[in-house]
Amino acid sequence: MGLEEKAGDMGIVTTSLEAAVNWGRTNAMWPMLFGLACCAIEMMASQASDYDLSRFGMEINRASPRQADLMIVAGRVSRKMAPVVRQLYDQMSDPKWVIAMGDCASCGGVYNNYAIVQGVDEIVPVDVYVAGCPPRPEALIHGIIMLHEKVRREKIGQYKAVDNRKPEAVRLDAEGRTVAMAERR
Amino acid sequence: MSVAQRPAPQLHAGVSATDVATANIRYPSSAEVVAAARQITVPSPRQVIEANARRAQSGTLDESMVLNMGPQHPSTHGVLRLVVELAGETVVQLAPDVGFLHTGIEKTMEAKNYQKAVVLTDRTDYLGPMINNLVYALAVEQLLDCQIPPRAQVARVLFSELTRINSYLVWLGTHALDLAAMSVFLYAFREREMLLDIFELTSGARMMTSYIRPGGLAYDLPVEFKPTVQHFLSLMPSRIDEYEALLTENPIWKERTVGVGILNAADALALGVTGANLRAAGVPYDVRKAFPYSGYENYDFQVITAQNGDVYDRYLVRIAEMREAVNIAQQALDNLPDGPYATSDRKIWPPPKEEITHSMESLIHHFKLWTEGFKPPVGDAYVTVESGRGELGCYVVSDGSNKPWRCHFRAPSFITLQAVPHMSKGNLIADLVASLASLDPVLGEVDR
Amino acid sequence: MALENAAVLERVQARFGQAVLGTGEFRGTLALQLRPDTLPDVAAFLREDPELQYILLANVCGVDYLGREPRFEVVYHFTSLMHNHRIALKVGADEDDPRVPSIAREFPTATFQEREVYDMFGIIFDGHPDLQRILMPEDWDGFPQRKTEPLVYEEVAFTFNHDEIDAQKPYAKE
Repeated sequence: MGLEEKAGDMGIVTTSLEAAVNWGRTNAMWPMLFGLACCAIEMMASQASDYDLSRFGMEINRASPRQADLMIVAGRVSRKMAPVVRQLYDQMSDPKWVIAMGDCASCGGVYNNYAIVQGVDEIVPVDVYVAGCPPRPEALIHGIIMLHEKVRREKIGQYKAVDNRKPEAVRLDAEGRTVAMAERR
Repeated sequence: MSVAQRPAPQLHAGVSATDVATANIRYPSSAEVVAAARQITVPSPRQVIEANARRAQSGTLDESMVLNMGPQHPSTHGVLRLVVELAGETVVQLAPDVGFLHTGIEKTMEAKNYQKAVVLTDRTDYLGPMINNLVYALAVEQLLDCQIPPRAQVARVLFSELTRINSYLVWLGTHALDLAAMSVFLYAFREREMLLDIFELTSGARMMTSYIRPGGLAYDLPVEFKPTVQHFLSLMPSRIDEYEALLTENPIWKERTVGVGILNAADALALGVTGANLRAAGVPYDVRKAFPYSGYENYDFQVITAQNGDVYDRYLVRIAEMREAVNIAQQALDNLPDGPYATSDRKIWPPPKEEITHSMESLIHHFKLWTEGFKPPVGDAYVTVESGRGELGCYVVSDGSNKPWRCHFRAPSFITLQAVPHMSKGNLIADLVASLASLDPVLGEVDR
Repeated sequence: MALENAAVLERVQARFGQAVLGTGEFRGTLALQLRPDTLPDVAAFLREDPELQYILLANVCGVDYLGREPRFEVVYHFTSLMHNHRIALKVGADEDDPRVPSIAREFPTATFQEREVYDMFGIIFDGHPDLQRILMPEDWDGFPQRKTEPLVYEEVAFTFNHDEIDAQKPYAKE
């Protein structure tokens, strides 16, 4: 309805390529099925009846990382799980984004101990941090919308073609710490 | 085996006596359990891989290979890794590999005093947070030998049952989702939102409430509590009818669940499986009847058992238990007495704030509780409750200081996962998905 | 048919006199301190005896009593469903060579639980089918829940030390 008034006879619509590409990327961003702990239940609740995530284009959770754009790290990342998180992140193809959902993924949360990585940003680069223990579905949706706004501001040409089969650039040592971190100790 | 040939499930009437011992029940004898125990092994991932490698080397492999159902998988209910040796679609052997969610909760609790450690207990079995709070609170109260007023006791029962319904709704939703019945997932979460609204009304948080604390409840029940819960409880039976209408007589559901993942009583007891999984095998063991806590001996409810111990029976038992939970919650709501919501022992629970201004003793109690916390006598206590997954136990050791010396959770999912290799040996991998979902593991409590 | 703690104790002591090193009853639960090598026999007796019938091994748990001799202790809780009764068995293990006989072959429920006690405390269970780490990664060094092991690897950040912690923290850039 509004589009016809703005665009005249709807023959041609003009916009910049950048805006169009970013619009496409935000409106159909598929999250990867990556719920770890309690935050996963709130993520499931966001996806279910009352707070529906499919109105943001996230109808399907892709189990395979190759087909997913967004990794919502929902829950605490333990030392045993850290290499797995990194491997899944590497398997996702560009463009990819990461939301650290909840306090445990953002900073280690309630747990400051030997078993939990203090923030998943030690392992993968994070775009949006959503606070809460667990964050309400509305908070998660707010984080997702913030990510959409961030993607809308991206420059075109930011993602060069990358061969995902190259060996991992960031290795994780036996204890799940990035090699840089291990060398620093 | 076609559906017609599979053994038909029967749901037989439960035990309604408040004293289980006087009813006519036949538990498996210890000889049966011993015989079952000698047949069962729980392999480790290394054993599965090495056995397969040995077979490959000796040439007797015949097309079986070891596959990884990795920690990130649509139907493993959390970060569970299964090392599966498959011959085509049939599972030859499998080993669960856990530890991907190990949080060090037990060691972290040793560094916090008793009151502060309640916060960590929510997060073990994150589908039943108030039940975890309750088991920890009961263990600490047993150490302290502390009396809880009736209002808190009834409220604890009410919240346990609401949490049980909550946990079963998530189980139902994810179980159906694994077997591709997606609409049940959406329906179950719709009811769950009503429950989360109730939890938020009383404690401020949807999930991790920390509402049940050693000594009583965190806050008093709000004014709108009774009508809100009553509305939910009046609505719930018809909603359970909706779920049953979708699944119970559904031929696809029955085809996928009847005769699948059979776990009989002796095997279950040898493996330490408790809860609805054990009751579906015919053993009427319910901690609420066997070792009643928080006043459960005063409620009139049944223990539901089934005969066959397959996935369909576990489904029927849990649906019936959801109805019983609504029943118990209704009884609790009707009998909710007025009065204090926490113990009046000032050494354990702080005095009301108004008293501090005119009583020196109250001020000192308040000060000591906030800076140091209470100090139970030296000793240990093991208390169990019935959680959504089985017998949840908390073993607390006190050394006389204000911090627990050791706090261990007997996590039912951890122990139930040992049943997966036995249940799925020789069956199809699609049946593995169904049986794993029906055991209802929650990886937060498996790994703690 | 209810079992009393005194009756159970009498029955166990009648059969295994020297095995029971000590008894305790705290808040109504009977706890028996056993000699480690007698554990499998006592556990089997508790399960198979027609009067006792403790058919469910509910819990296996390790405790580190630092500063006490023996330093470690493994606690077993048995439940008799017929009598609605519970009993605790406690077995001590030394600091230098903590070994306890395994009951995993007779009680399969103990398989994972003994692996967990090994993983967290370093107590070796002789006779276990495959004593491998279960909660920590396989190549982890140390036994985390011992009292001598540290709890944290990064201190809590307040405003006064936030910048130095932040400088040391490795953020993943790519």
